Amino acid sequence: MIIEFITRKMIPFIQLYALYVVAHGDLGPGGGFQGGVIFGTSIILYIIVFGMEKGKRLLPLKITDFLGSLGVLIYAGVGILCIVFGGEYLEYTKLPFKNPHLAAHLGIFAIETGVAITVSAVMVVFIFDIARKKDV
Amino acid sequence: MSDFILSKFNYWASILLMMIGMYGMIAKKNLIKKIIGMNIFQVSVFLFYISMGKVKGGTAPIFWEKAVIYDNPIPHVLILTAIVVSISTTAVALSIIIRIYNCFRTVEENKILETLANDENQSGNNQ
Amino acid sequence: MFDVFLLILLIIFAIYSVREKDLLSSIIILSGFSLMMTILWTRLNAVDVAFTEASVGAGVSTVIFLAAISRTKREEEVGQGRKRFDFYKIISLFIVILTGLVLAYGTFDMPPFGDIEAPVNTVLAPRYIYGSVPELGIKNFVTSILASYRGYDTLGETTVILTAGISVVILLRRKEL
Repeated sequence: MIIEFITRKMIPFIQLYALYVVAHGDLGPGGGFQGGVIFGTSIILYIIVFGMEKGKRLLPLKITDFLGSLGVLIYAGVGILCIVFGGEYLEYTKLPFKNPHLAAHLGIFAIETGVAITVSAVMVVFIFDIARKKDV
Repeated sequence: MSDFILSKFNYWASILLMMIGMYGMIAKKNLIKKIIGMNIFQVSVFLFYISMGKVKGGTAPIFWEKAVIYDNPIPHVLILTAIVVSISTTAVALSIIIRIYNCFRTVEENKILETLANDENQSGNNQ
Repeated sequence: MFDVFLLILLIIFAIYSVREKDLLSSIIILSGFSLMMTILWTRLNAVDVAFTEASVGAGVSTVIFLAAISRTKREEEVGQGRKRFDFYKIISLFIVILTGLVLAYGTFDMPPFGDIEAPVNTVLAPRYIYGSVPELGIKNFVTSILASYRGYDTLGETTVILTAGISVVILLRRKEL
């Protein structure tokens, strides 16, 4: 009872922290991978406390599989976008923004988001599939 | 003498950790114990890399106006990638172990080998 | 001096983690080992690595191990007829010590710890450190190398994670398990 209450209150803060870590990857320590793992951890905490069935209702397996592929697609898509705007693969400074620094900033933010989506989805898939299916 | 030891101690510690992990991988019969040994082995390699990139008096590799020297950021990047690979290998190895357990009802290497040998003998007798 | 103390503590943790017969306590000790490693990495100024280790090594990795032993056995089995002179263990100990000695011999020629003149620190690192802020405007050099200078690496890393997820799904998502 107490554990469920505390978990309910804690999860939004963990997720907010994860988004902060992803967004500030180019100013301080952190980045897509760490933020993605922290975001995945918040969902893992939910699964541990409320059980596998509720976790699967919150985040169905179809969605996690889709998100895992979507992150890699965002990453590769940003690379292709750089080619379209006349640069080389993953050359962010050629993206059409006001100045190259802003372009690099936003390009790196985009790929960090892709990494974070893939990592958090795959961490949840690990727990869903490795943990015991019955009597949980 | 103590200067010499201190200048090499990180490398020696990583070698010792590597020896412990390798012993766990070779000598232990339990498959999950082997994976634990593999994790220690991987961490020892990470420690070796990060120790090579440390510079005396350097600050963390984040831009700072007052900084004089930065630590070498390249090993940090390589090790970030390596940690990701390590968690992936651990997860895949553990899921393979779960499949093995479902098949043989044990995770001890020698018992699995015994069962396999018995199966082969029986099929040989049938022919 | 604190670093030396921490390293000795790490070695003790590793030995206990490998020796322990109960796999559950072995995994908990491994988690503590990872946490200790995080402190050491903060001491060595590798903040990004410390962050990753804290979230992966001490967090998710422990949970995955616990999930795996919940579906297998908890105790490591000891053979019934325990011989005092186990030939297999002696041989593996011999191999391990031999490898360790060879590697330790190699360290005598290495540059000392924290040497700024070492080839590792002189060849490519200054190019990235002094290029990052003027070229890209990114203040964290680790992020700029990870995402921009070595972007292919990170693309491969993300693909590795996706591949691992797919392998786990192929191995374990079945009706009969």
